[in-house]
Amino acid sequence: MTATVTREASAGRIRPVRRRVTSGHLRQERRAGWLFVAPAVIVLVVFLFAPILMAAWVSLLDWNGQSSPFSGDADFVGLSNYQSLLTEAGLLRNDFMLSVRNTIYYVLFNVTGVVVVSFALAMAVNSYVLRGRSFFRTIFYFPAITSSVAISVLFLFLFQGSGVVNVVLSWVGVDGPSWFTDPRGVLHIVLGWFGVSDAPGALADTTVGGLSLWNWLSGPSVAMCALITLTIWASSGTFMLFFLVGLQDIPVELEEATAIDGAGGWQRFRHLTLPLMRRSIVLVITLALISSWQVFDQVFILSQGSPAKTTLTPAYVSYVRSFGDGQFGVGAAVAFVLFAIIIVLTLVQRWVGRERRT
Amino acid sequence: MRHIPRTPLAVATALAAATLLAACGSGFDDDDDAAGDDAATGGTDGGASLTVMIGSSGEAETVAVQDATAQWAEETGNEVEVIPAQDLVQQLQQGLAGGNPPDVFYVSPDRFRMLAEGGSLYPYGDQIEDADDIYQSLRDAFTYEDELYCAPKDGGVHALVIDTEAWAAAGLTEADYPQDWDGLATAAQALTADGRVGLAFTGDYNPVGSFLLAGGGFFVNDDQTEVTADTPENLASLQYIKDNMDAGTFAFAPNIDAAWGGEALGSGKSAMTIEGAWIVGALQNDFPERQWTAVPMPAGPGGPASTAFTNCWGIAADSENQAAAVDLVNSLVSPEQQQTFAEAFGPIPSRASLAGWNAETFPEKAAFAEGMDTARSQVAVPGFESVLADFNTQLEGMAAGTVTPEQALQALQTNGEALLSQE
Repeated sequence: MTATVTREASAGRIRPVRRRVTSGHLRQERRAGWLFVAPAVIVLVVFLFAPILMAAWVSLLDWNGQSSPFSGDADFVGLSNYQSLLTEAGLLRNDFMLSVRNTIYYVLFNVTGVVVVSFALAMAVNSYVLRGRSFFRTIFYFPAITSSVAISVLFLFLFQGSGVVNVVLSWVGVDGPSWFTDPRGVLHIVLGWFGVSDAPGALADTTVGGLSLWNWLSGPSVAMCALITLTIWASSGTFMLFFLVGLQDIPVELEEATAIDGAGGWQRFRHLTLPLMRRSIVLVITLALISSWQVFDQVFILSQGSPAKTTLTPAYVSYVRSFGDGQFGVGAAVAFVLFAIIIVLTLVQRWVGRERRT
Repeated sequence: MRHIPRTPLAVATALAAATLLAACGSGFDDDDDAAGDDAATGGTDGGASLTVMIGSSGEAETVAVQDATAQWAEETGNEVEVIPAQDLVQQLQQGLAGGNPPDVFYVSPDRFRMLAEGGSLYPYGDQIEDADDIYQSLRDAFTYEDELYCAPKDGGVHALVIDTEAWAAAGLTEADYPQDWDGLATAAQALTADGRVGLAFTGDYNPVGSFLLAGGGFFVNDDQTEVTADTPENLASLQYIKDNMDAGTFAFAPNIDAAWGGEALGSGKSAMTIEGAWIVGALQNDFPERQWTAVPMPAGPGGPASTAFTNCWGIAADSENQAAAVDLVNSLVSPEQQQTFAEAFGPIPSRASLAGWNAETFPEKAAFAEGMDTARSQVAVPGFESVLADFNTQLEGMAAGTVTPEQALQALQTNGEALLSQE
């Protein structure tokens, strides 16, 4: 990074003086540069940009997936797929809004959980007190290299009504729910403890996207909580590595200096470690955010959207509409709306997490 | 550094990109319209190379199909490759979209109409040998605009599966096997015990659909042109299920911690269930000690009725070897071959002439073949999958007490009508 900057700066400085002499050489260099990046550019164009453009075209069609979308067999319907998805009351919009609601809660709890857990793990395996650190680093990374299908099937057994989780809960006198078939929202359950079991009038009557505010505020369902647990467990190992790299970049001298200044453990963490880890945290949040919005495989294997559609996610809606109903145009439109949501949220998150110079 | 001329580089890059794109997009420009043209492509005199894609239930089925096709290939001098698909729906769709589908593949009734409407299937109903022998309800499942498109490879209906030990322990005899809904409710009540419900079935639209049929209604009308969900008959049927669930004698399998009806019965969480013939293999493999029997579905207010399940051998409209493919399919649905298949991996033959043989050879499966002629197959309207998936959600709500039967049927009616109006 630094090397490039220096080079550009120096080139800029001498360009006006020696333009004629260097221009041929520069052009040659640029050409050679293009030659070297050509393979990567071609791969990007062929396997990324071209499919994106194709999908964008498909989202404007009424295409059943049984002919070429570029042959003219499929009717061009303009933005009507997006309309039925976002504005027209009906099953599709209802499903999509439910999936957005579910994913908002999924993202919220998953990103928070994964940052906290993986940061804690990284702190633990980075501390000098811990014996056998490299052993624990390997252990904590294990879930990340296990296939998500295997993990999902494992969790299916753990969270069965008579599964291990409920057996353990019963030791402490808790009667566990039958996790993957319980559609009740967690917030609704908590409100129920305080006697609020039905929607207050204002919340029931106001609707956003065809879904009442009371429904938007359900919280993740019990089934979704099991799914969130799964993802946190499976992905925290990878993110632990990101944090570990960041932690090891913190100079030991600084820590010693703060220790000499008389800062306690908490103060060191709050005023030294956290500020210096800002970049790692922003990076992890960005990556976790993006992958959470795209969650598909666990849903596909574990729940197919049930119970009561509380584990439906946009990626799964897109799949079912495309391959189940043969409405590939609608499926592509869902994918693009999801794409837009991710872009916007990532920009917002980067803006919030930007470095402020004081 | 060597001087590289600019133009050739740009041309080379563009060429490379274009070649790659063309390679990826091969088949996208295939525009031959084989659909609607009834003359079969290719000859039957050997030399053809066919691909057969199957959604296999397991090793036994794959091997049986491989053996059968290899035998045909040897006799006719053709070549056949059998591809057991991991995900048939998706892999088939990829082949179709790329203009390069397998020649022969399994087609289920709920996807049949989508494929027929899209012109992806070659209609060869008039070339099936002795087609009248195949059960009417199965042929109906694969008929679109009065034309039979493909040959049903097997068939079966929902039956009532009973845990015979629990049955005897409750003091019931064979004479008490339920004939109607009252008998079913009484038996379920007698069989309900601590930790066991009388009747549990998968809480989705399929078994509930069989109840609706027996109640004299269904999701759609006979032509599948109108949604008939919100009717008094259907309401009475749902109410019957709901009343018995409230009494604690009926349950949906997921609510008693079983993935499906077979698991509920096998694990002893229910004494009766409603499933098709696929339960036979599952019980043998997973719960070999369970003693059971299967009887035809009890008649409802609308008489005896059940849902028929089947698959057919679809032939691609884009296939270059349609004549050979038809010949292959005819050998696969011949009575002898169907007997071989039934012995190898357990499907019920689709031919009425084999009903007697089936009942004799596999008495435990007789009930799954009874009433096949009057049964109805699943809804085939493209896009109905999401509508019925929503109905499943309504049924979950009904079991939990948050949705009334009226509301469930109204939601189904609204969503179904919205879909059909788009057609």
